[in-house]
Amino acid sequence: MHNVILQYVTVLILTAFVGTEIIAKVPSILHTPLMSGSNAIHGVILVGSMLILGGATTNLQEVLGFLAVILATLNVVGGFVVTDRMLEMFKPRAAKPKEKPGDEVSQ
Amino acid sequence: MSRQTLIDLIYLFSATTFIVALKGLGSPKHARRGNLVAAFGMLVAIVATFFNYVDGHALRHVWLILLAMFIGAVIAVPTARFVKMTAMPQLVAIFNGVGGGAASLVSITEFIHIKSSHPATYVILEVLLGVLIGTVSFAGSAVAFAKLQELMTGRPVTYPGQQLINGIVGLAALTLIVTILVTASTSLLWVLLALAFILGVIFVLPIGGADVPVLISLLNAFTGLAVAASGFTLGSNLLIVAGTLVGASGILLTRLMSKAMGRSLSNVLFSAFGSVVTASGATTRDDGRSVRSGTPEDIAIMLGFSSRVVIIPGYGLAVAQGQHVLRELADLLESRGIEVFYAIHPVAGRMPGHMNVLLAEANVPYEQLLEMDEANSELATADVALVVGANDTVNPAATDDPSSPIYGMPIIHADLAENVVFLKRSMRPGFAGIENDLLYNPKTTLVFGDAKDTLTKMVAAVKAN
Repeated sequence: MHNVILQYVTVLILTAFVGTEIIAKVPSILHTPLMSGSNAIHGVILVGSMLILGGATTNLQEVLGFLAVILATLNVVGGFVVTDRMLEMFKPRAAKPKEKPGDEVSQ
Repeated sequence: MSRQTLIDLIYLFSATTFIVALKGLGSPKHARRGNLVAAFGMLVAIVATFFNYVDGHALRHVWLILLAMFIGAVIAVPTARFVKMTAMPQLVAIFNGVGGGAASLVSITEFIHIKSSHPATYVILEVLLGVLIGTVSFAGSAVAFAKLQELMTGRPVTYPGQQLINGIVGLAALTLIVTILVTASTSLLWVLLALAFILGVIFVLPIGGADVPVLISLLNAFTGLAVAASGFTLGSNLLIVAGTLVGASGILLTRLMSKAMGRSLSNVLFSAFGSVVTASGATTRDDGRSVRSGTPEDIAIMLGFSSRVVIIPGYGLAVAQGQHVLRELADLLESRGIEVFYAIHPVAGRMPGHMNVLLAEANVPYEQLLEMDEANSELATADVALVVGANDTVNPAATDDPSSPIYGMPIIHADLAENVVFLKRSMRPGFAGIENDLLYNPKTTLVFGDAKDTLTKMVAAVKAN
């Protein structure tokens, strides 16, 4: 049993380093989308909520699990949709110079 | 290959997509794709979960799960789609809060579920941490939402002995955790739940104004950690990886955000920033200094004679929904051969990067947006610095006045330009509640009124000239 917990702690520690490493050089304009995007990622609690409701044997567990699935779905769906909407607005700016390459030269 | 191994492999795939996605979100080029990658990984994990076993049985209550998901999606999609861009911070707050609530519910239910089998102490500890952190995040996000949505005052709420009371409640929660570890009592778990709720509320109350977004980022990290704790309880590597990823990167992001404001994280969280200053700002500065105000037409003429204009937008622009008219004005000036730039302070708006999102919405070309350092070198040669609905981010007190609470915050040096024009609704101080000396500067002209109205009048006046 303790080997299992040790394995989890290993995953935890390594992931913590990965998590800090990959966002260390994020430009400030992306802070808000990044926060929103990671907000959607912790919506993975939906998987946990499904397992809880799927394993519920009493009414209390069913009610709590049902609520958990609703809240987690809100987190996951809302999180991804909002982030996408935010990032959608960054798109035309990145695409523009490619569409009119001559424009930049003339300016 | 057994069914369980296959599902575990799929979970591993999902965990990997989350890492790739987070990496992508950090670069302007790949950000949107990164988000879609994470969404895909999430979908795969959810579908796989339907085939998972719990305690040796196939998933029960599948229809109930689908119903709950349907309800959640029906609420989430329209909310996320149609809420105005200016309300983005509170939207993130609420979606984060429900995630914390879900993590807390998962931990509670698992506790009830496993209690009869006399679980090891560390298992109960994981459960209790999940409940505590998840609930604090839930309650804290709810208060942050109320503050941003202006359901309550956005300013810090303080009372005597606040830090002491917060400390006592925090300590009580920890004591309770130790007690439950020893007794494994379900009724005490409900007490912990209530205590965590109170803790979340009182922790957030003294944080106000421009600090709320930083707080949301921290609560986001909290939810991540709560999810990781649930992952330990449920024995799910996927939840541990995703939760820890968000927890670790969220804490770093929170620190980056407070650094962009020139402050430390503990200063943001515990100093009740802006509450005292409002009071003193109103009294000590009432020394009869005069300001110069002008009409939109005056400014239009001034702009017409400039060769280089730097626009400094702030949250006031977003509130007035003036970003489209502003772009129209900028285009008009450009067509007359006047150089126009936008100077974007990292914390302009209500969240770091918020202003970029709002201007992108109005199709402002990317090349015209300058980050703070670039903008400051351009401002020295600018004829006009046009400050639209910004205040604290151009306040020279941040560099001149060591006694100012925003001292040390990097600012946009609008005062370097030949002329400074403020479009303001009133003389009221900005978000941080601090008086701005730049308003009294002899080279400053103020135009009072709604930013959108003023800009519309200016566009008409420029056209007429």
